[in-house]
Amino acid sequence: MFHIYCPHCGEYREEEEFHAAGQAHIARPLDPEACSDKEWGEYMFFRKNPRGIHHELWVHAAGCRKFFNMTRDTQTYEIKEVYKIGEQPTVVAQSAAK
Amino acid sequence: MQHYSGFGLFKHSLSHHENWQRAWRNPTPKKKYDVIIVGGGGHGLATAYYLAKQFGVTNVAVIEKGYLGGGNTARNTTIVRSNYLWDEAAHLYEHAMKLWEGLSQDLNYNVMFSQRGVLNLGHTLQDMRDIERRVNANRLNGIDGEVLDAKQVQELVPHMDCSANTRYPVMGASWQPRAGVARHDAVAWGFARGADAHGVDLIQQTEVTDLIIEDGTITGVKTNRYGEIKADRVGCVVAGNSSVLANMAGFELPLESHPLQALVSEPIKPILDTVVMSNHVHGYVSQSDKGDLVIGAGIDGYNGYGQRGSYPTIEHTVQAIVELFPIFSRVRMNRQWGGIVDTCPDACPIISDTPVKNLFFNCGWGTGGFKATPGSGNVFAASLAKGEMHELAKPFSMFRFHNGALIDEHGAAGVAH
Repeated sequence: MFHIYCPHCGEYREEEEFHAAGQAHIARPLDPEACSDKEWGEYMFFRKNPRGIHHELWVHAAGCRKFFNMTRDTQTYEIKEVYKIGEQPTVVAQSAAK
Repeated sequence: MQHYSGFGLFKHSLSHHENWQRAWRNPTPKKKYDVIIVGGGGHGLATAYYLAKQFGVTNVAVIEKGYLGGGNTARNTTIVRSNYLWDEAAHLYEHAMKLWEGLSQDLNYNVMFSQRGVLNLGHTLQDMRDIERRVNANRLNGIDGEVLDAKQVQELVPHMDCSANTRYPVMGASWQPRAGVARHDAVAWGFARGADAHGVDLIQQTEVTDLIIEDGTITGVKTNRYGEIKADRVGCVVAGNSSVLANMAGFELPLESHPLQALVSEPIKPILDTVVMSNHVHGYVSQSDKGDLVIGAGIDGYNGYGQRGSYPTIEHTVQAIVELFPIFSRVRMNRQWGGIVDTCPDACPIISDTPVKNLFFNCGWGTGGFKATPGSGNVFAASLAKGEMHELAKPFSMFRFHNGALIDEHGAAGVAH
């Protein structure tokens, strides 16, 4: 059971109040009309699935209902940090930091 | 291969069962193979078996990180059915179903396939409409199915609460009588023994650490125990870790890995002679031949590679089961486990060639891989033998996520993901 710190409420709450909404930092193509099928398909369906550090979007569904980001290890399940939308993570995987 | 029979059982009893032949060898790998299959689970072993038996490709190695059948093959709820909505999926799973029906004889190994039928319950008007649509689609595809009302469901499963007094009353169900369960370990062992008998090398406790790719063509794999092993073709069947292997090959797959859990109770007297599934309240239960209730949960809502799963998911499932079967409320649970499933955005698998020549992937089965084991292995073996995709596998190309020809199968997948 995760205890998750909601950066909006400023409190730790149990996992069941939250809902994971997939990968964070997915930028919508600025000019969708100019996208190739491949680019659009990758924006729609292709997600990072790392064994290790992962940046995720969560929502405090049964609380303040606000979205925020989380950096989590998918192997050890350790929550490294939570941060607000628009901010950048401080913990990143070594392979991604290059 | 020693043939298993009643007479053999009797003969070996005379020597206190001490002289049985080993089910498979434990060979040192050769330098080069025609085909290497990465992953020794049910689908990988089935692929090797059909490659050798049906397509005559016997210079084959299966490379497995752990031990045979130690992954998702033995981490599921053993349910087998083919009541999928869309033609592409229905044909694939029905192909598997037909192979299941003769599998014990084909393998000379009792996989304990039991056609006890599967009920998919409906709890809302919309559920019932979806069920009618799916059953009609199945029948048009020659797959057996019926729509039952609550009274008929009650007759089939007398211990389930089908009254109107529950929170989500059972309004009816789809019923596939040919569906059922199979013993998952026996499926892995039977395919392993059959493949070995046809000359396939089963290399256990050997991890593939990298893929060797030259000029966009795969030529072999690197392993932690035996160094480089060359191959003309490589098939990756590593549910849960497919993304990791795809990254080694330099491309991405549209997959997310999640833990999927199941649990079994203490053994109790026979009470349930079919399989009950419910998408709406989200639980599924059957009773194994030795008496324990086999209960399946959903996937965790977030990505994870831990073979455990989260507590809220178990709680949610057990609530649903107890609501359907109040009589089970005092049954104690013996064991709980999790497997890692890779889920696709359209809840259908990927059986596909890849941007790398001679490299093939069979993955993304999500929560429904076990039922497809023989069919998946069969079409993947055909594809590996010929170097081009089998007709039934073609719609499941990974490139469907670029051209938009998705097969949206969330409804029949049975588990929300």
